[in-house]
Amino acid sequence: MDIYRAHVLVCGGTGCSSSGSATLIDRFNEKIAENHLDKEVKVIRTGCFGLCEAGPVVIVYPDGTFYSRVKPEDVDEIVTEHLLKGRKVEHLVYVDHATRQQDAEKKLEDITFYKHQHRIALRNCGVIDPENIDEYLAMDGYRALEKALTQMTREEVIDEILKSGLRGRGGGGFPTGLKWKFTYQSQADQKYVACNADEGDPGAFMDRSILEGDPHAIIEAMAIAGYAIGASQGYIYVRAEYPIAVKRLSIAIDQAREYGLLGKNIFETGFDFDLNIRLGAGAFVCGEETALMHSIEGKRGEPTARPPFPAVKGLFGKPTMLNNVETYANVAQIILHGADWYASMGTEKSKGTKVFALGGKINNTGLVEIPMGTPLRTIIYDIGGGCPNGKKFKAVQTGGPSGGCLPESLLDTPVDYDNLIAAGSMMGSGGMIVMDEDNCMVDIARFYLDFIVDESCGKCAPCRIGTKRMKEILDRIVEGKGEEGDIEKLEQLAQTIKNTALCGLGQTAPNPVLSTLKFFRDEYEAHIKEKRCPAHHCRSLLQYKIDPAKCKGCTACARICPAEAISGTVKQPHVIDVQKCLKCGSCMEKCRFGAISRV
Amino acid sequence: MSEMESKYAELRQIIEAHKDWPGALMPVLQGAQEIFGCVPEDVQKIIAEGLGVTLSEVYGVATFYSQFSLQPKGEYVISVCLGTACYVKGSQMVLDKLSEELGIPVGSTTKDGKFTLQATRCLGACGLAPVMTINGDVYGRLTPDQVPGILAKYRGEA
Repeated sequence: MDIYRAHVLVCGGTGCSSSGSATLIDRFNEKIAENHLDKEVKVIRTGCFGLCEAGPVVIVYPDGTFYSRVKPEDVDEIVTEHLLKGRKVEHLVYVDHATRQQDAEKKLEDITFYKHQHRIALRNCGVIDPENIDEYLAMDGYRALEKALTQMTREEVIDEILKSGLRGRGGGGFPTGLKWKFTYQSQADQKYVACNADEGDPGAFMDRSILEGDPHAIIEAMAIAGYAIGASQGYIYVRAEYPIAVKRLSIAIDQAREYGLLGKNIFETGFDFDLNIRLGAGAFVCGEETALMHSIEGKRGEPTARPPFPAVKGLFGKPTMLNNVETYANVAQIILHGADWYASMGTEKSKGTKVFALGGKINNTGLVEIPMGTPLRTIIYDIGGGCPNGKKFKAVQTGGPSGGCLPESLLDTPVDYDNLIAAGSMMGSGGMIVMDEDNCMVDIARFYLDFIVDESCGKCAPCRIGTKRMKEILDRIVEGKGEEGDIEKLEQLAQTIKNTALCGLGQTAPNPVLSTLKFFRDEYEAHIKEKRCPAHHCRSLLQYKIDPAKCKGCTACARICPAEAISGTVKQPHVIDVQKCLKCGSCMEKCRFGAISRV
Repeated sequence: MSEMESKYAELRQIIEAHKDWPGALMPVLQGAQEIFGCVPEDVQKIIAEGLGVTLSEVYGVATFYSQFSLQPKGEYVISVCLGTACYVKGSQMVLDKLSEELGIPVGSTTKDGKFTLQATRCLGACGLAPVMTINGDVYGRLTPDQVPGILAKYRGEA
């Protein structure tokens, strides 16, 4: 093996790739070769570092210098200064949100964003090259599979997962070990292991990052699961919208086959196991387990009533054990370090860690992994850095379209499955979207219902028709046409849908409305009774106004206005004709004096 | 062989390769969508015959998933992310601006066949919100006033 004196790790996750990290890698390789450093320095494309806000991210080891928002033209300086002369490029170093300082000596784990985290599922993301199995092997890769196959009985493996307290990370929170046990107990000539990588919750991207950053961890875990329940074949169902994840997973499967870690007689124990990838085709409902299995079978992804549960009758009519990506990402670590180690983290009923995707109106968008029981406030303020531009926090949405919005007063809730449900939301797959004072909660509820109406498969009437009626009412309310009694109608419809829809998607569809009604009822009432949007967001309910005291008469607004609704003479305060105004907001964006506001 | 004939030949190869797979219909439709850019009725018929399933089954699956389209899409497909993180950061305004600039409603194609405008589910690039893609090129941290400049690049004006 070649030994290098320095390694340049460049994030190749979707976020950083979108902001040009591939160009950075080419440029690094080019410059390193130009300076004859190619025998001394190696460039590695890793998976997601988590701090997407700072992307594209580059770390130079052994120093551990953390460079953020690196542009192609910065590469030359990093190569000639840092790599050639050993002088860190101070002005490109990441600015810690808490200290507001650039500290080139700071190690990754000391940065405020990472300090509160504990990475188990994400442990290899941003550390290894996901396209190189040797790097995974160097991080204890496939040792858990070896241990399970050579030192443990199938019952012992299941028992270890049970004792660890691991629960389904896709959102349901069902005890993983129990699922394994039930499928193990089913008798059949063929059983299947499946992985749900149809990450559909808008704003959640942990599964994608794990697949992109550490695909072998999923393969290893699925093989362990196959051994435990007695399956020789596995399927990974991935969203087609995740091309990088699909590519790295395919490479990883090929490499595992080549090394004999998939296929016949693994570790010469007589255990056979192989994996296939199946692509989704854009249907949110396919995240529901029965719908997902129908989709793998090549059918419309419509859910079916349970029982029978997949553990009894699943894929192609055979017993099937389906887990989510993040759930699998914990399995090898539990087998290696033991159930007690895992269960020592977290709360009484929610063990271990959970990955959250922080997004929306928050300074540090990205992926964080924290022990269960960490308060929401720590995640949003200490790790996430709070809302940008000094705006006031209004709500945090967890659980995607099945979850709810929690207000400021509940921020001290320790995050776990049961606490979030008690608070009126749910864990879901771990999306965490922060909203500030500019976001209208009625509009957010409408947004989620719009999503559900679009994604409802149409099989059952409560979901197909009921959500549509709810959305029509919400459309009316945000357009200023809300009527007395609308809130009660929404509540009644919500209860009916909850009680009668066929699958989880429908049963939880009213949650965003119910939770916003619970915590932000005054906003609904303001829309309906006063025809006013307190957040000044809903277009039909707001007006643009020019403050004559602040207006300098520069005419910029009048020139940009597409409706010619602004009049005034040069150097005199301008006025907006509310009859002509289209409320497009162009004038407000253009004004350099902050003279235009929404009222 | 004409271009169309070679596309049909390619489709038949895909059918042949997947015929014995369990659940072959999805990967075959995905292949067809890639080759033709859509799955019109004649393509569905070939798939139905090739896999030995009914046309109604193929049609049922093809219309269920948003990835498959029955009509051809434009030369440039503009997808604006309407995931939650993008939405709270104003992606609807970007989408409205595009619709206005192109003069077409969301979900349709311009008359000259140059642009298709669509809203898409979460692209998972929430760190760059609001985000859109044009044929795979990603544009992040967007504001509505950037829209005309970006479109000009694809119109061949810049």
